[in-house]
Amino acid sequence: MKRIRIGNGCGFWGDNLDAPVRLAEAGQLHYLTLEYLAELTMSILAVQKAKDGSVGFATDFIAVLGRLIPVLKQQLGLKIVTNAGGMNPRVCAREAKEVVAQVDPEKQIAVVSGDDLLPHLDELLANGHTLNHLDTGQPLSSIRDKVVSANAYLGAKPIVEALKLGARVVITGRVADASLTVGPAAHEFGWDFDDAHLDRLAAATVAGHLIECGAQATGGLWINANDSTRLADVGYPIAEIAEDGSFTISKPEGTGGAVNIETVSEQLLYEVADPARYFTPDVTANFTTVKLAQVKPEVVSVTGGTANGVTDTYKVSAAYRDGFMSAGTLVIAGPNAAWKARRSGEIILEKLKQAGFTFAESNVEVLGAGDCVPGVVNASADPPEVVLRVAVRDPRKAAVERFTKEFAPLVTSGFPGTTGYTTGRPPVREVFAYWPALIAKSAVTPIVEVV
Amino acid sequence: MPNVPLSQIAHGRSGDKGNHANIAIIAYTDAGFAWLKQHLTAEVVAAYFAPLGASRVERLEAPNVRGLNFMLYDVLAGGASRSLRTDTQGKTLALALLRMMVEWEEPTPPSSFSSRREEEKEKATRS
Repeated sequence: MKRIRIGNGCGFWGDNLDAPVRLAEAGQLHYLTLEYLAELTMSILAVQKAKDGSVGFATDFIAVLGRLIPVLKQQLGLKIVTNAGGMNPRVCAREAKEVVAQVDPEKQIAVVSGDDLLPHLDELLANGHTLNHLDTGQPLSSIRDKVVSANAYLGAKPIVEALKLGARVVITGRVADASLTVGPAAHEFGWDFDDAHLDRLAAATVAGHLIECGAQATGGLWINANDSTRLADVGYPIAEIAEDGSFTISKPEGTGGAVNIETVSEQLLYEVADPARYFTPDVTANFTTVKLAQVKPEVVSVTGGTANGVTDTYKVSAAYRDGFMSAGTLVIAGPNAAWKARRSGEIILEKLKQAGFTFAESNVEVLGAGDCVPGVVNASADPPEVVLRVAVRDPRKAAVERFTKEFAPLVTSGFPGTTGYTTGRPPVREVFAYWPALIAKSAVTPIVEVV
Repeated sequence: MPNVPLSQIAHGRSGDKGNHANIAIIAYTDAGFAWLKQHLTAEVVAAYFAPLGASRVERLEAPNVRGLNFMLYDVLAGGASRSLRTDTQGKTLALALLRMMVEWEEPTPPSSFSSRREEEKEKATRS
């Protein structure tokens, strides 16, 4: 029976650079997927592209692709599907083509775009697509002048089209993470996006969801990880999918990490709201019908994923300018480290107030005393040292810049045991606030082209 | 009296959905899952995380993996894009919840005699 092996070698932009190469070398893959776009990545890429039309995509991918050339030469059937295109998939594809031309000038690179709504945003708003905030219900028009990016999450359909055109590398903009897996599976098994195939699309969505965060399915973040888990050699996940949608999760043999019921069930529910309704552009998947079984060491079979209908909307992720923020740290040693640190944070804000600066929002954290989950987790004893972290956000960049200059003085004017000021003034960054919305699928046109 | 941390009964993982967080708590055993369903209510979790100021807490179930999934709405002080916290994405919330001290005793496995008796009793009530 035909089975398709899809491995995900990158869970976000910033993930390990060697993982895609190692996975492709050892994974006996048909497809390598690489996922680069977190919620916020698009706004950062949008601002980059606005300044310089030759950037605005996940540039790491071009370097990774270069390192994959020997593997692509050896494994002529291996295909790559990635959302590295970000806000500029065509430019990303042009650069990728130059790299791939070394091995295979015949093979095509396909681009999936159409997710970027910014060029048509006013037209969409004028046509009644109000893009109301999913939580507050406010219309996007209330922040229109501050919007830096607005992208619809496209589905697997255009990826299938791209693969049908014979592409060896498919580069997309914003696409639902799971669709990077659903696309290849639907293409290989000839699944249509109709009612008859919804359950299989849902099953493949489960597979995509499980592998989209890379090593999180294979031992990363596992509650019971310990030294024997060998996370330094963690293997990245492979979904081996059958025609009926059932699949296994595994990792290359001999690698570190772990694939067991615990790692897979933790990842199954990761960043899920209602497990019976996991919304993607392809299908609404029901994760509560999924059955997990350890079929052999480091291999878990996943069966029974089912569909719960399909929506007529795409999710939209927009971002808008929302002032500036900065966060700085100092280390304070004990005794009474936690108390001294908290007072030091207050002193920083007090001095700024004396200088005429108050902030829209500020936060003092004493890390080491439980402030990762403030007020919920408390230190059981007086820690020998803690990290003081102070953060502010404000519409005025100058105020935030002034804030960054108030850490160093405490090294001499603060409490004894104040140290750790070696990295200089903390950077100021612009805040791009997140605006989730929905849009009718009929208002968005996915575009597939070959470069 | 609370005698064990929740981590003896369950494992879990947490993450973000915009300004909301989800915490999946997954029982190690069927008995543990039965306990979770009865005791780890949305109200209990909301009270535990009260200092974080969630607007509401919802509990959803994934019995196929012995899982309870808690949605904590508006709990991330702005979420990944604008929260001033270190843990902007709620990655540590599951670990915090698993620290909760609870009253629980590992059920002793029933002897074959008593379990057979239970089965018979069940049959009798069914018929």
